[in-house]
Amino acid sequence: MSGIKIDREKCIGCSACVGVCPVGAISMVDGKAIIDMAKCTLCMSCVSTCPTDAIKVIRQTIVKDMDINSYKGVWVFAEIEEQNIASITYELLGKAKTLAKDLNTYVGAILLGENVKNLSQKLIERGADKVFLIDHSSLKHFISETYANTIINLIKKHKPEILLAGATTLGRSLVSRIAIGAYAGLTADCTGLDIDKERKILIQTRPAFGGNIMARIISPNFRPQMATVRHKVMPEAVIDPTHKGEIIEENFDESFVEKRVKFIDFIKEETSKVNLAEANIIVSGGRGLRNPENFKLLEDLADVLGAAIGSSRACVDAGWIPYSHQVGQTGRTVNPKIYIACGISGQIQHLVGMQSSKVIIAINSDPNAPIFKVADYGLVGDLFTIIPSLTRKLKQLKNK
Amino acid sequence: MRIAVCIKQVPNTTEVKINPKTNTLIREGVESIINPFDMYAIEEALRLKEKFNAETFVITMGPPQAESALKEAISMGIDNPVLVSDRAFAGSDTWATSLTLAKAIEKIGNIDLIICGKQASDGDTAQVGPGIAAHLNIPQATYVNHIKNINIEEKWIEVSRLLENGFEILRVELPALITVVKEINEPRTPSLKGKMRAKSIQIPVFTNKELQIPENMVGLNGSPTQVVEIFTPSHKVGGKIFQGDPDHIIDQFILEIKDLL
Amino acid sequence: MINYQLTEEQKMIKDLARQIAEEKIKPYSKEWDEKEEFPESAIQALAKSDMNAICIPTEYGGMGGGVFDLCLAVEEIARIDGGVATSYAATFLGMFPILLNGTEEQKKKYLPDIAAGKKLCAFALTEPEAGSDASNVKTTATKDGDYYILNGTKHFITNGGVADINVVIAVTDKSKGARGVSAFIVEKGTDGFTFGKKEEKLGIRCSPTRELIFQDCKIHKSQLLGGMEGLGFIATMRTFDYSRPGVAAQAVGIAQGAMELAIEYAHKRIQFNQKITSFQGIQWMIADMGTKIEAARALVYASAKAADSGQKNIGPASAAAKYFASDVAMEVTTNALQIFGGYGYIKEYPIEKYMRDAKITQIYEGTNQIQRNIVALALIKEFGK
Repeated sequence: MSGIKIDREKCIGCSACVGVCPVGAISMVDGKAIIDMAKCTLCMSCVSTCPTDAIKVIRQTIVKDMDINSYKGVWVFAEIEEQNIASITYELLGKAKTLAKDLNTYVGAILLGENVKNLSQKLIERGADKVFLIDHSSLKHFISETYANTIINLIKKHKPEILLAGATTLGRSLVSRIAIGAYAGLTADCTGLDIDKERKILIQTRPAFGGNIMARIISPNFRPQMATVRHKVMPEAVIDPTHKGEIIEENFDESFVEKRVKFIDFIKEETSKVNLAEANIIVSGGRGLRNPENFKLLEDLADVLGAAIGSSRACVDAGWIPYSHQVGQTGRTVNPKIYIACGISGQIQHLVGMQSSKVIIAINSDPNAPIFKVADYGLVGDLFTIIPSLTRKLKQLKNK
Repeated sequence: MRIAVCIKQVPNTTEVKINPKTNTLIREGVESIINPFDMYAIEEALRLKEKFNAETFVITMGPPQAESALKEAISMGIDNPVLVSDRAFAGSDTWATSLTLAKAIEKIGNIDLIICGKQASDGDTAQVGPGIAAHLNIPQATYVNHIKNINIEEKWIEVSRLLENGFEILRVELPALITVVKEINEPRTPSLKGKMRAKSIQIPVFTNKELQIPENMVGLNGSPTQVVEIFTPSHKVGGKIFQGDPDHIIDQFILEIKDLL
Repeated sequence: MINYQLTEEQKMIKDLARQIAEEKIKPYSKEWDEKEEFPESAIQALAKSDMNAICIPTEYGGMGGGVFDLCLAVEEIARIDGGVATSYAATFLGMFPILLNGTEEQKKKYLPDIAAGKKLCAFALTEPEAGSDASNVKTTATKDGDYYILNGTKHFITNGGVADINVVIAVTDKSKGARGVSAFIVEKGTDGFTFGKKEEKLGIRCSPTRELIFQDCKIHKSQLLGGMEGLGFIATMRTFDYSRPGVAAQAVGIAQGAMELAIEYAHKRIQFNQKITSFQGIQWMIADMGTKIEAARALVYASAKAADSGQKNIGPASAAAKYFASDVAMEVTTNALQIFGGYGYIKEYPIEKYMRDAKITQIYEGTNQIQRNIVALALIKEFGK
């Protein structure tokens, strides 16, 4: 039986663990921490909080009936967007190259679709040593079940030790099915991937609670070790035209086709000029804009910067801007290079959606607004004065 | 038609505060709520119930106190709750969680449509929904923003999915699983009669005695992934704040950031 | 400040009303006010959540609660939006005559739909020349076989045009004075029943106030309230006895909401390098607001409980609660706006709406002057030896 235990000898009664327990299962009795096992969900939050390592997890190691050492290669699922390789794929390849080097193995790319063979070279240029290609009319549209069946079969045949995919709507819909079918461990939304060189296993780092806490996760006894990776977190692999790779064409088995799902149509959304997840710079507005017309000020600034427009929930709820622009807990999680928050106070629900941005700039009239706590640069003042002036000055700078 | 909604109880982040000294979450005394995305799943099930006279189930996996989440769903109008709770289930990762929930759904039996929120606000994985579908070997449609049509006789559902760059329309045979996004509806508030019913309802509990999942496939033991460490990310301390005459501070600011652009 | 020892069901009502107010009303309040738009989604949310069932007996599909329970709901809604509270409470104003004086058939026909939130109500008494004087209405109902023919115009009718069920006061026998006044249940869509001018108002702007026009409007005698002529005046008086605590609760809610906003603002507003809540001038204003609201609330709750206990002649108590609470609301909202200073006077901040909304509570369902008359006459009758 697995579980969790507090070593009463080691516990110094500091109660650090009490505050971090999300379910309130830990209390102090006679100066020692006690876990109420009826409440504990074994989330592990307390374990690393303990300064004396008094909290121990007891885990029976279940070893799957598989020869782990026979699994080789770091694979990447190549996501296709409008007949081209999506940029997330290059980010994955960049990471895969480092991981493969540490493991002394090859980089593989899975390329599925119809008339996609010509894209193989692009993957090779970005570091793929092997491209596992299946070019078939049944793969024209992404149907997660069909793709998952196909990839599970490739995994069985070629035994990769690691499989990475983008944490996109497509990637997230696909990999969970693969993980179940292949009986593999999957860590979603990773922001960091490293190799434990001693154990030759993948260490996956992912944020939880919208980035307020981070977890390191391993899957030592299962293969492949699967992870999805957030967009814009890792740098793209550089193009190396001299890099050579092998294209391995596999046959498509009709039995992989999911007949219960029919693609009917795809309607491109015309309104969203810029995809928030793709944007390098986001200019975001909050309640401080006071009325919907003032988003124009942000658009002017965004035009100069080539930025996308984001919004806090308040503006979306008030009907000032469509939901597709909402950043935060019930909107999108973004991590652009620069996030400019204008008139956003910085409620935690908003912060969890943007605080992993590389540089945060806040413009707000209230110097005590929580947004300034996460900001790298803060401008305190009236945004109706600051933004137009900033836009004008940046424009001048650009024209020089 | 029988519909099952899977929900998760999560800490209410509206109330979560960050300890400024340690930069850790203060979670003590934080109220538990239904994962906000699951509220849309409940609402959609209720709309289908009103339209097709469907029987609705709500399922959650968690410790006994997760009962309050089920009661809230009942107060909104869901017919039947199921609590999936057993010490053996604690510590489950997405693989083991989706297996356990899939077994619970099988146990309820004859479910035509499973609805989940697109992801949970604490874990953010979006993996459990598709995982349940995979364990049950039924088709899925994720990120659904609109149910366009349901044909009960021919047993299919037609949905619109919200993708990064547009909408995809899929027709999926039932039984199926869908995960829904915020755009699909606006969740209702509970009703007084629903609250009265929730107060007195007996909630059936499925333990592993009922579900009979091999011990090495549930909970901590049955989870392929292992959390080895949880830590607080290093936060930025003290950003640069510009305050004063607007013209002056903008010039200073631009000087500071122009290399970033 | 004071714990009123609410029962579990009462807490449920209060919590749910607050939840609906925060989630389904607050985000849209300003827009509805600006556009004078009927808060359809909020009224529907309240109706679907069984909030219209509160004081309808369980045998008619209601929750079996009383006036006090209704007051809890109205107060919470008014705390966020006085206008929505008006439209919400107006359904009860139209429902009470049916509940209090309707025949069994009429109760069975209408109360379940009202409780289920399917039908909204209005009470149509006021006419251009008959405001607080219920016995002086000019709208006539002339008997014609199994029917009555209604002619006349009602104005200032809350929920006019949106209510499905309208209780209309009309004269059936002019020679009998107050005893010649009857009440009719008139459904929306009846031939000869149309809607006239919609008023543009200072406050409670989202709640529609409209003219009801009856031109040879033929009503079957089964729609005569209580099945007999002459019940109009007594039904009106009894309805007001039950509804006035609701208006008073609305006033308490408006005052409470305004006070909370003012304190929240004052605690953030920095002048002379300190929060203005640190100034004694502001502190005393806050203390007076809080104390007066609590006094008003105590009186409102007491009068509502008196109504629920079946106590006879609750008129003076509900009149006292109504005028006291609404005067408090006017004073508190004025002072709350004062605390906001210049920002309070502009539309960007929500506080001015509270002051506009508060004013009506001193006027409608009997002006505060009429209320004072009721209280004074009762006291003189009792002690004027």
